[in-house]
Amino acid sequence: MAHFVEQIIFGLTVGSVYALIALGYTMVYGVMKLINFAHGELFALGAFVGYIFLVTLNWGGLLGPALAIGCVAIIVCVATALAGHALERVAYRPLRHSDRLAAVVSALGASIFLQNVIMVVWGAQYRAFNASLLPTIVWRVAGQSVPLIRVFVFLTAVVTMAGLYLFINRTRFGLAIRAAAIDQGAAKLMGVDVRKVIAVVFLIGPALGGLAGLLVGIYYGQINFNMGQMYGLKAFTAAVIGGIGNIGGAMIGGLLLGLLETLGDAYISGAWKDALAFVALILILVFRPTGILPERVAEKL
Amino acid sequence: MSLARHPLAQSQKSQRLDHQRHDFRFLQIAGVGLFLALPFIFASLGLTSAPYILDLLSMIGLYALLALSLNVILGMAGLFHMGHAAFFAVGAYVTANLNLTYGWSIMATLPVAAVASGFMALLVAFPVIHLRGDYLLIVTIGIVEIVKIALTNDIFGWTGGPNGLIGVSRPVIFGYRVVKPHDFFYLIWLMVGISTLLFHWLENSRFGRALKYIKEDTVAAEGMGVNTTAYKLMAFVIGAAWAGMAGTIFASKMRAISPESFTFGESVIMFTIVILGGSGHQKGVILGAFLVMGLPELFRQFQDTRLLVYGAALVAMMIFRPQGLWPPKPRLYRLPAPYDQKYPGEEKLKDGDRSC
Repeated sequence: MAHFVEQIIFGLTVGSVYALIALGYTMVYGVMKLINFAHGELFALGAFVGYIFLVTLNWGGLLGPALAIGCVAIIVCVATALAGHALERVAYRPLRHSDRLAAVVSALGASIFLQNVIMVVWGAQYRAFNASLLPTIVWRVAGQSVPLIRVFVFLTAVVTMAGLYLFINRTRFGLAIRAAAIDQGAAKLMGVDVRKVIAVVFLIGPALGGLAGLLVGIYYGQINFNMGQMYGLKAFTAAVIGGIGNIGGAMIGGLLLGLLETLGDAYISGAWKDALAFVALILILVFRPTGILPERVAEKL
Repeated sequence: MSLARHPLAQSQKSQRLDHQRHDFRFLQIAGVGLFLALPFIFASLGLTSAPYILDLLSMIGLYALLALSLNVILGMAGLFHMGHAAFFAVGAYVTANLNLTYGWSIMATLPVAAVASGFMALLVAFPVIHLRGDYLLIVTIGIVEIVKIALTNDIFGWTGGPNGLIGVSRPVIFGYRVVKPHDFFYLIWLMVGISTLLFHWLENSRFGRALKYIKEDTVAAEGMGVNTTAYKLMAFVIGAAWAGMAGTIFASKMRAISPESFTFGESVIMFTIVILGGSGHQKGVILGAFLVMGLPELFRQFQDTRLLVYGAALVAMMIFRPQGLWPPKPRLYRLPAPYDQKYPGEEKLKDGDRSC
């Protein structure tokens, strides 16, 4: 039983990272009906930008862990947001009114491009992330070990998501984003600047993805140029599980996927862990294409 | 009545077009002939790099075969299928198993590989075939990932785990053992030729017309009584069966297969060959195979940056020429009889009815 609770905590930690990435997918899909394949690469970019400051420039040693992580998190968010914005300008905006297939292929191309930019700059080998950034504290709570780093990752993700949730549901601009996601044409008629909405979505999504990359780097202590691919696919799965286009759904879907994976890893088979996510994806799409929090109906005949 | 509408003027015009097409066709036949003579040309020139070039051309041919089979699904039926490597893998592993465990000859495994891949396609596509657009895309990505994980985990003890299967024998055709690069060159390009011909007939059949209708407008096709699910499934099965046969050839050419050859990335390559070349046009697809597989080899010294350029080229292509480099021409249908001959005196009505 002790083992089980620890697995749950681990699952929530991993799941919160998936949820952060999934938000980027779901927001872009909601507004543009486009699978942003390059989102996983923006996530990896976030990890590598964090690597520059925390490892190459050793800010952790200079500023102390708390201040360093805070500053670097902001820098990472800004950098990936700008990269996401550039991506939208170059690869997606010219294709706004063209075929869906063209947009998907453009997204794939952008993904290949970004992945190889990262590879050319940082090389193909694994990079060790400064593992001793956070003190290795492990609390004992009612007989369970609760490592500080898991709590840190989980709380950072949850606080960020709560902020986003308030922004989407409590502000005027959040209302505009929701309106554009439901019906772009109608939103335009109501005076919503859809271009601006898309631009902002492409700032927020990548920023969250980049933050997730930084968290993964700190948590696992190593990063790689193609880490974005698997995380991207998993996070997309999380977004679909939660009902793509649904922001709350992406958060819940991410946490569920994290739990499913860690529990599957512990109790079914470690080797088949990655397959679980994709089986879940297919089952959800076949039996409940709207996801668990249905808001929009998947196009289906 | 304008001159162009005059029956005589039209026939002259079409004669001229036929003539021009004739020249072009002659060039194409000459090109194909020259291409097939390449091994002899290399041999007579005594090129030392000939085996390498022929090997590369065989690889291009193999990918052309895969892309042609994907073209049935993606180009003809318009289904976003990005998991073609999964069916390629099934063919390769079926061949390797039959050959290594039961000692079957490679050519005998070819139909089995086709049937196995086709059956697998039927099995996995049946529940998801109704999904549209990018939903289908993401499911097929899931399928290829699951297949790769299954291969890596040595499913049923058939796949040899991460190391794969080693020691597949060479194909023997009518007593002739296919070993050398030029043997494979001819075998593979013969298969490409046969496939192109078969798919050409398929495209111009009732089946092909149904697929085209489904691609252009699924709802309308359904409304006109086309059984869209059945046709989509058939397209999937045919495409997958062909990929399975490509897998057979791949296994016996490489002699060793492992899960790395059947990744999501491979599926993306096949997908982009079809899209870049010209989705729905077989010549375009073959051109795409040459570009996507051949160009990176020419720029080997830029090993690190070539994929980067490839990604950027994909984006640029979609912005400036989304239909591909060599898209299919819109098909012309002959009307049964000129309208004005059937109904003389109703010329005012016939504007726009002589459509293609």
